[in-house]
Amino acid sequence: MILDLQNIYKDYQQDKLVVPVLKDVSLQVEEGEYVAVMGPSGSGKTTLMNIIGCLDRPTSGTYLLAGENVQQCKDREMSDLRLRSIGFVFQSFQLLSRQSALENVALPLSYAGVKKKERRERAVQALERVGLGDRVMFKPTQLSGGQKQRVAIARAMVNNPKILLADEPTGALDSKSGQQIMELFQQLNDEGVTIVMITHDRNIASKAKRIVHIIDGMITEGENSQPGNENTEIMEEENSQPGNNRDDPVVEEGSEEAENE
Amino acid sequence: MLENIRLSFQGLWSHKMRSFLTMLGIIIGIAAIIAIVSTIKGTNEQIKENLIGSGENTVNIRLYQGDNTYEMEYNGIPDGVPVISEETRTKMMDLKHVEGAALYTSRDAYNVIYYKNTGLSGGKIYGVDQNYLNACNYIIRQGRGFTESDFKKFRKVALLDENSSETLFQGEEPVGKTVEIQREPYTVIGIVSKSSKFEPVINSIEDYYTYAENNTGAVYVPDTTWPLLYGYDEPQSLVLKLDSVDNMTVAGKEASAVLNSSLSVTDETMKYKADDLLKQAEDLQKLGQSTNTMLIWIAGISLLVGGIGVMNIMLVSVTERTQEIGLKKAIGARKGKVLGQFLTEAAVLTSLGGLVGVIVGIILAEVISRVTGTLVAISIPAAVLAVVFSMVIGIVFGLLPSYKAANLDPIEALRHE
Repeated sequence: MILDLQNIYKDYQQDKLVVPVLKDVSLQVEEGEYVAVMGPSGSGKTTLMNIIGCLDRPTSGTYLLAGENVQQCKDREMSDLRLRSIGFVFQSFQLLSRQSALENVALPLSYAGVKKKERRERAVQALERVGLGDRVMFKPTQLSGGQKQRVAIARAMVNNPKILLADEPTGALDSKSGQQIMELFQQLNDEGVTIVMITHDRNIASKAKRIVHIIDGMITEGENSQPGNENTEIMEEENSQPGNNRDDPVVEEGSEEAENE
Repeated sequence: MLENIRLSFQGLWSHKMRSFLTMLGIIIGIAAIIAIVSTIKGTNEQIKENLIGSGENTVNIRLYQGDNTYEMEYNGIPDGVPVISEETRTKMMDLKHVEGAALYTSRDAYNVIYYKNTGLSGGKIYGVDQNYLNACNYIIRQGRGFTESDFKKFRKVALLDENSSETLFQGEEPVGKTVEIQREPYTVIGIVSKSSKFEPVINSIEDYYTYAENNTGAVYVPDTTWPLLYGYDEPQSLVLKLDSVDNMTVAGKEASAVLNSSLSVTDETMKYKADDLLKQAEDLQKLGQSTNTMLIWIAGISLLVGGIGVMNIMLVSVTERTQEIGLKKAIGARKGKVLGQFLTEAAVLTSLGGLVGVIVGIILAEVISRVTGTLVAISIPAAVLAVVFSMVIGIVFGLLPSYKAANLDPIEALRHE
């Protein structure tokens, strides 16, 4: 098992008020899985991602990343976990604009202490893997949105992480580029990469092999049984911004859990 | 590390204007310090050169009573001060750094030397031994010098320096003429001058006294004829020729000690002492030092202001690059990496400023030298120290911003727009 979250709680302190964000979340992900965590904004999915990504620690509960207890890690060990075990893909790409695609991809390798020559080789390989072998020296400003996200994915993959953690990877892309990114994810997953993707977009989530819903900080496992036939029905743009997230129509078993609020 | 430096240059280059303005504080501070230090060093060397004369490495050892030289003119011949023997003079030659030693007696020559009706109203008369002219680097401008037989046969011959010959003869040809010294007729056989002529700069009354005796003229006679003039073989002074100006103090002290050991005087303050020109030079240099120290402090304040400017800009840079820092931390950069990156950037910025400052400072010093005509000496160690110091400023003032960057929460930082 790659990810093993058991009874995770996460509270935030707001002035004197304790705001619970994650409530008793348990989630297991096996090697080679392709999981979408779906939920409206404010549901706690970003917090969940921060915890999975070792950027944050749960208030209580156990989180084992490839058998290692993250709860007990020091800051420095958390850094190293992020470096070697997690590959982040962000909605807004987060590339360093002054540096070439190659340098961007090679960045985590330099933190891992890889020698310069090998860094270059591995970064080129990673860029070739995402189909950008001919763009290695391009600066992010010279690349399209889809290409930028590919560079970001190459960067996430370059240290051979245990999981690829994507946060709304298509959120800033047009539908065609988004489509291509999803195809790339599919391809990577076929090659054996474990992917955890966070999205509010049902259409995107449906590309994953398994969907986990998160609402009001609680997980409801919605096995991805329907999407195959649902695909055509739900083409309308999902819009999470309107205030009434709680009545999000996507939720299947959510209504029972919602009474806790 | 090299990677960090390369990135720093890249970063600085992408904000050329800002980087330059930030560096300006450091540049001005370092340039001021370099210019001041160069001018001080130049002035000090000039003082030393003026006072001692470049290339003239002689030190005079004279009899002192208290703080003043013992004047036989007024006090008579002192008891218990023996005449320095040739043997003692030879012993001096064995001292370290000593290349030559000579003995001489001297008196103030106030109204004792005449040519016709013209008298020498000041200056000195010297009874010198055979080694004197050589040891003091005198060269014969006209006529001849003293020969061995002049000494042996007690010939009444005299050498004049350029000042005394000018005063006495006023353009007339002096060689071969007879002058009257203490009513004794002496034949002028030649004109001498120092082999290395130097023009002293007189800035103060102390300077004036230092040079006065050199400038009112001197008359030299063989020391063997001295008793003809003053009745006795009087206690002499010693002049040592040294291998270097810097050894004046050491050799002067040693020689004085040797001479003092032969004294059997009742007056404790009666002692042989070396004219320590080196020390006098140092004293003069010290006079200017307090002003210079103040100037350096002021320049130092400008460096402090420059450093604060660097800190300010680094803080702005950290805020501006919050997202970048967040990303780097998220993908696994340890705190130390981020800290190192920003510290390097600050150090590169200020070192560059220091380097430019040194260059500007040297140019400034040259300009000062041209305009005021003072000597300027560029100090390499000071230049190196200035660059290192500016690097330290970068590290010190970069510490707070870098620490701030290193401790950013990646979650918050990534969300920063």
